[in-house]
Parts: sequence; structure tokens; C-alpha cells
Amino acid sequence: MLPDARAAWLAAHEAGWGDPLRLHRAGRLAAQALDQARATVAAAVGARADEVVFTPSGVHASHAAVAGLALGRRRVGDRVVTTAVDHSAVLSAAAAAGEHVAVGVDRLGRVDLEAWRTSVAAEGVAAACLQVANHEVGTVQPYAEAAAACGTAGVPLVLDASSALGRVDLSRSTGWSVLTGWAGAFGGPVSVGFLVIRKGVRWRAPYLVDDYQDARWPGPPDVASIHAAATALEAYLRYGRAVGERQRVLVDRLRAGIGERVPDADVVGDPVDRVPQLLTFSALYVDGESLTLELDRAGFAVASGSACSVNSEHPSHVLAAMGALTHGNVRLGLTRSTTSAEIEAFLDVLPPIVAELRARVGMA
Amino acid sequence: MSAATLDCRGMKCPRPIIELARRITDVEVGEQVELLADDPAAGPDTAAWCRMRGHELVESTTSQFVVRRLH
Repeated sequence: MLPDARAAWLAAHEAGWGDPLRLHRAGRLAAQALDQARATVAAAVGARADEVVFTPSGVHASHAAVAGLALGRRRVGDRVVTTAVDHSAVLSAAAAAGEHVAVGVDRLGRVDLEAWRTSVAAEGVAAACLQVANHEVGTVQPYAEAAAACGTAGVPLVLDASSALGRVDLSRSTGWSVLTGWAGAFGGPVSVGFLVIRKGVRWRAPYLVDDYQDARWPGPPDVASIHAAATALEAYLRYGRAVGERQRVLVDRLRAGIGERVPDADVVGDPVDRVPQLLTFSALYVDGESLTLELDRAGFAVASGSACSVNSEHPSHVLAAMGALTHGNVRLGLTRSTTSAEIEAFLDVLPPIVAELRARVGMA
Repeated sequence: MSAATLDCRGMKCPRPIIELARRITDVEVGEQVELLADDPAAGPDTAAWCRMRGHELVESTTSQFVVRRLH
């Protein structure tokens, strides 16, 4: 968590906020904080405060967005169109809703717009889903064109802003019906997600609800965590551009450095049209688990989309859909404080680690 | 099974790709190697290996791949 977000969380607990539906002082303070947090999220995505609903994670928000539109539009049909590289939460929600149509992407991870237009214009489409930017490789989708196709077809669009919020300006975004996000992606608590449901959209709660959050998500919201999430988002909106410019230079340096120093490395994603903080690459003949553990031992905490490293039978569906190498995969997420010296240190330790792992399997 | 068939069923990636890289030089340029591999990563990784190493993926099913050596 960002220091400002952690401080906000602690202060909220010390203030002793109560149930936001109660009229006592502690309840009123909580309700006020909740309203402020809604206003912050709403301003960031170009929506109204009363359209914002908080959930316990981004995964919950994605499930609710897709299932709620499928329920609200069940007379139209049960088909849900996504891209092949959407988050697994979106893919599983689409499959659960009925017929899932996954539109392919190019080598950079960008959706095939022609296929997208055809798919959303077909009969019986309840909803379409698209990311502003991909969570594994950072590639930015042609959001405006894809949204226009949905508008023409009269199909509501779920826009997953998780990896983009705070990095891409969405304050005047239009064309979507439901937007989803996750505070863990911008330095807030991992326990806060949100969906923003535009007024007039045919969305119905696909689960039992109560009086909380205007009957769009049940149970008392965790106001302290939501307040911390809004504080983190404000920090990103304030510093995001400057941080992003610095991260962009660092990732450019990483892309070039890996290409020069590591033979047979597949550096993945769009080199230019991307969110600034992510870099993904795969090294041939290396297993992702060993690579992740060796890098961790050298002091670098990285993620991997290789099957062996995530205890999964299947490798990353994002890498597979892009035609990228799935084994030996490493995903770097730069933080607000990542320095140039850390990037150079990474570029120094990586080549000998890859060489050593290749030597172990006789591929030196 | 011919000499140009590699049975890597039951092996986890990247093992099948390592075997493929080792054995591609056993055939002449222009000839083919058949790879049998049932790891879910074998499909995308065989295609990616061909692209990165400059060989041709002639055929690809869920567990059987034919690669032509191009250099």
C-alpha cells in the first residue's frame, strides 16, 4: 500500500467510524467518507458519484458487471463477447453467463477490431467486455473504436480499467455502460474493487442484496479500506503523469537491455502504446518457476505467467493468445519508487541467471 | 516411429521445446521433425519457438506438431 493510503486507513480506524446506514455520529462520519470516496472514483472515470459501487475485489467487480448485464438483458440473449486477453475473472463470468465469444488479438495483444465489430453486431449479445490496458503485458486497446462498435450495435460495454486507472486519463471517458477497477493496482488495499454502473443501464444485481449501496452490493462496506483506496487513487491522479513518464523511460531501458543482453528472449507487448508500469518477457529453454525463484533470491520480486510458476496446469492465456513464448516468463510491475539504479541492477543479474538455468538443462 | 519423431508426452514445458531444439539438427535442412507433447504450453511454445528460431510450423494439433528445419 502507498504510505498515504496506509496512513488514511489507520486514521480511519482511530476515528472509529461506524455503520454508514446509522444516524449516530460515527455512522454519519462513515457515510460522509463513503460519499467522498465515491466522488473521487466518479471524477476519475467521468461518472456520477451515485453510479459508484464498492466491492471486496476487482474480481468481484468483474463478475458482478458481466453477470448483472447478462441478467438485465436476458431477453436479448446470453452471449457475452470479450477479447482473448481479458482478465480470467471476465472470461469465467462470460462463460458462466451463457455463450462466451472470445475475439482474438494480434502479436502485441491488440484486439482484432474487424472481428470485434462482427461479434458485437451478431444476434443475442447481452454484453461486451474490453480492457483499457492489459494486466499482463500493458498493451492499450483501441478502446474508442471498440466502444463505437458497441454503440452502433446497441450492446452495453464493460470496460475493465484495473491496470489503466491513474495511468491513462479516463476522466472524460464515454462509450461504456459499466466500468470496473481494483485499488490494489494503484497502491490501495487489495480488498477494494469497484464497479461504476451508468444510470439507465439495464443491469440487475445477480445476487441477493440489501439496503447497502442502493441495493447494488450487499453487506456493510469496509469504509476504512475504501477511504484508503480513494486516498491512493487521489495520489495517483496527482502524481500519475510524472511517475508514468519516469516509469516509461525505465521500461524502455529494460526492453532494450533485455534484448541486448539476453539471447533468445521474447519481449512481449506493445513497446509504445502501453501503460507505463508493466514489462513482460520470456526466456527460451528456462522454466518460469526457477527464474522467478532465482530473481527473488537476487532481491527482485517478479510475477510469472508460466504454468509451473503459478501452480496451474495451463500457462497464461494472455501470452498464448498473443503467440508469445509462455515458458520462462517474467512480469515486472514497477512501483512509484522504482529507481534507475534498481533497473540497472536487474539488467546486471538477469543474464547470468538465465545463462546458468540454460546450462543446467544443457542449452548453454 | 521414425527417427524424426520426438515423444515428449508426459513432459512439462520447457522440456519438449528443449528436446525439439536439440533434435532439429538431426534432420537435414528442409526436412521435418514430429513432436508429440501433451503439456498445455506445448502448443503456444512450439509456435513461439519456430518464430524465434526461424523454423516452420507445418502442422499443429493439441498434442502433435510438425516442424520443418529451415536453416
